[in-house]
Amino acid sequence: MDFNDTKEEAAFRAEVRAWLEANAQPRTEQSGFARARMSEADALKRAKEWQAKKAAKGYARITWPKEVGGLGGTPMQSVIYGQEEAKFDVPTGFFEIGLGMCIPTVMKFTTPENIARFVRPALFGEEIWCQLFSEPAAGSDVAGLRTRAERDGDDWVINGQKVWTSGAHYSDYGIVLTRTDANVAKHKGLTMFFLSMKSPGVDVRPIRQINGGANFNEVYFNNVRIPDSQRLGEVGKGWDVALVTLMHERLAVGGGAGGTGPDVRELIALARATELEDGPAIRNAAVREKIADFHVRTQGLKYTTYRTMTALSKGQVPGPEASIGKIVSAVKLQDLTHFATELEDMGGYVVGDGAPQDGAFQQAYMWAPGLRIAGGTDEILKNIIAERVLGLPADMRADKDLPFAKLPTGR
Amino acid sequence: MNFDFSDDQKLLKDQAQKFLAEHCPPKAVRRILDGEDTYDRALWKRIGEMGWTATAIPEEYGGLGLGPLELCVIAEELGRAVAPVPFSSTVYLAAEAIMLAGSGEQKKKYLSKIASGELIGTLAAAEGPQPLSPRAIHATLKGGKLDGTKTPVIDGEIADIAIVVARTSDEPGERGIGLAIVDLKGAGVSRKAVKTLDPTRNHAAITFKGAAAEALGAPGTGYANLMRVLDRAAVFMAFEQVGGADASLAMARQYAIERYAFGRQIGSFQAIKHKLADVYVNNQIARSNAYFGAWALSTNAPETPEAAAGARVSACEAYHVAAKENIQTHGGMGFTWELDCQLHYRRAKLLGLAIGAPRVWKEKLVAHLEKKNAA
Ligand SMILES: Cc1cc2nc3c(=O)[nH]c(=O)nc-3n(C[C@H](O)[C@H](O)[C@H](O)COP(=O)(O)OP(=O)(O)OC[C@H]3O[C@@H](n4cnc5c(N)ncnc54)[C@H](O)[C@@H]3O)c2cc1C
Repeated sequence: MDFNDTKEEAAFRAEVRAWLEANAQPRTEQSGFARARMSEADALKRAKEWQAKKAAKGYARITWPKEVGGLGGTPMQSVIYGQEEAKFDVPTGFFEIGLGMCIPTVMKFTTPENIARFVRPALFGEEIWCQLFSEPAAGSDVAGLRTRAERDGDDWVINGQKVWTSGAHYSDYGIVLTRTDANVAKHKGLTMFFLSMKSPGVDVRPIRQINGGANFNEVYFNNVRIPDSQRLGEVGKGWDVALVTLMHERLAVGGGAGGTGPDVRELIALARATELEDGPAIRNAAVREKIADFHVRTQGLKYTTYRTMTALSKGQVPGPEASIGKIVSAVKLQDLTHFATELEDMGGYVVGDGAPQDGAFQQAYMWAPGLRIAGGTDEILKNIIAERVLGLPADMRADKDLPFAKLPTGR
Repeated sequence: MNFDFSDDQKLLKDQAQKFLAEHCPPKAVRRILDGEDTYDRALWKRIGEMGWTATAIPEEYGGLGLGPLELCVIAEELGRAVAPVPFSSTVYLAAEAIMLAGSGEQKKKYLSKIASGELIGTLAAAEGPQPLSPRAIHATLKGGKLDGTKTPVIDGEIADIAIVVARTSDEPGERGIGLAIVDLKGAGVSRKAVKTLDPTRNHAAITFKGAAAEALGAPGTGYANLMRVLDRAAVFMAFEQVGGADASLAMARQYAIERYAFGRQIGSFQAIKHKLADVYVNNQIARSNAYFGAWALSTNAPETPEAAAGARVSACEAYHVAAKENIQTHGGMGFTWELDCQLHYRRAKLLGLAIGAPRVWKEKLVAHLEKKNAA
């Protein structure tokens, strides 16, 4: 048992680190704050520049074949790159949905011509992709979606509405799951397409989030016409295509474990700096017990990731158990930031520069609810663990054999 | 990155699991629960023959000279089986203390007998319902004579020797505390059975009246050595707890699949599914923390105290939750003496307290974190 790299892994790590040192600045405690203050346009510009550099070196997608612009590397090398990159102050976030979920789906279901056309620009950050699945009436139950695609000669015409589409407002392309047949059971009448977000009839309207940002959007489709060549998979087989996307999503979200926001280190720093009625918070037994509780969650998750990495390193594929990452980290972020604001007590709800740690805890407290919902809610992830890991029976379903058009609906 | 046990260690674990499934079924545990004996003698003898007690003892003292990792995989299986044998007391506590602090002569005298399974040992630290601290130690060791009462002492009625924590001088704090090895069959030792929440392991109150005691370790080092022994034991016990927690989850899962209510399997109710998913997540977190503890022991890492405390805090929580929710999942059946759910509920309590409650270990953990993150 050890945490050491193999000889090949160590060599790759050294190579990656040398490249990062030559091309980026080390991360400091201030980098996160600076980034949080940057405008979206500036952040996007910076991210695109970095992505182009990374892609030119093959590091944008380590495991993809060289032919499409990857490095042809192993999952372990990808993890190593991620670990090293995290030590540097480089922009992240804009390309994850596209490269982590959309493009792998496109690559699996489209023609060589389309692959040649779309993969490279996505890798180099020239074109950004978004995921158009959720709708007002279809989130957890995404197969309940209503956006229609109707055949018209060699084209399809799309009408309907998507919602919560992250990054749609700066995206160039998207993959969109539609209903092509309402008279069969809901999973059977779906078809997947990709389309340009600049297509006539696509209307993107940002939605303001509880944390004040507006990174997700409503997207309206009004007679949007796209050619059949942009269909992904067979007509009526859209659910199978979507499962490919969702599998990639779980890996991305589970593996990365959120990774953002203050954690135990920051909590200890806060406890040191905070004076309670009977002395510094760090000397308070109740505070110390909480710190210990959070610490074992953080560490347990970190070492669970190491166990997954070990499996990867031996060539095994991680299963649905990777779902535990997001459950643990999202709930912990919410609980920990809640606790931190309570430590700050009567001033704990002040935000921004006037707040302790520049308001990092308050900011994360307002983001945490989104993390518990995005990419599969806590409840859906627990269903997955119960059914696919523990092998418990599937839920009783009210919608199983009914045609989509006959399903009961609510708000 | 190789954060996993080796193939050989996994093989050992499989063998241990099969062996215990055959020789330590719940029926065997219940024999002890029902008071038919103080421990499973036949199983203990077999365990000695298999060399498990010899695992981490160096070859020069009759051991196998394997490391803590091998001991961890065995511990997990003993925990899964709720084995009613004095393994933790003899191996994680007594043998480890002697390996850590014993003289060459003491090692020769005791370790080979522990390795062969002839000798049962234990640690006598507690003096009633309170956490361990130098102030809580009233037993005295003076001129090779021990006086005082220790209770509860795990496996206290059946142990041959005890490592006793006693006051050696009036110096305040840790420096006034020493360790001694005491022959529990010698003069001046009287033992009385103590009933605990886990009757599948024996417990006693031991009173010493001028009992002969040989000092273990240099004067003034007793308390520090004790802490190191407890750190190591915390990791081994965490593996027992992880094994027990997994077994509890497996029981609950099985019952949830077999039991019907309202015309469906209870495992199809989301309240049950989510409960068991939570248990699964907890168990995984505890397992990963225990692995880190194992790594720390196996490499003598400076992080050992922190890793041990993390493993213990996490494992105590996981086993407690898994054991109680296993009963809950079984409904009324779970509350019956007849079912085996109680075995885990009881053992989780024993393991969660025997070397100090989680509260104490959380405090240790944070003290280490503070040092590490010192400004
Ligand atoms: C920050 C953020 C970014 C997002 N980005 C995208 C994106 O880029 N693209 C995209 O397509 N979507 C995106 N989403 C949408 C996200 O996938 C959905 O919000 C999520 O799947 C939940 O769906 P819903 O909002 O309709 O809630 P609902 O499905 O209505 O759920 C409401 C509540 O009911 C519970 N519930 C529902 N079904 C079950 C069940 N079977 N068992 C138990 N409980 C259940 C849920 O857990 C939840 O608590 C994003 C969401 C957020 C918050």
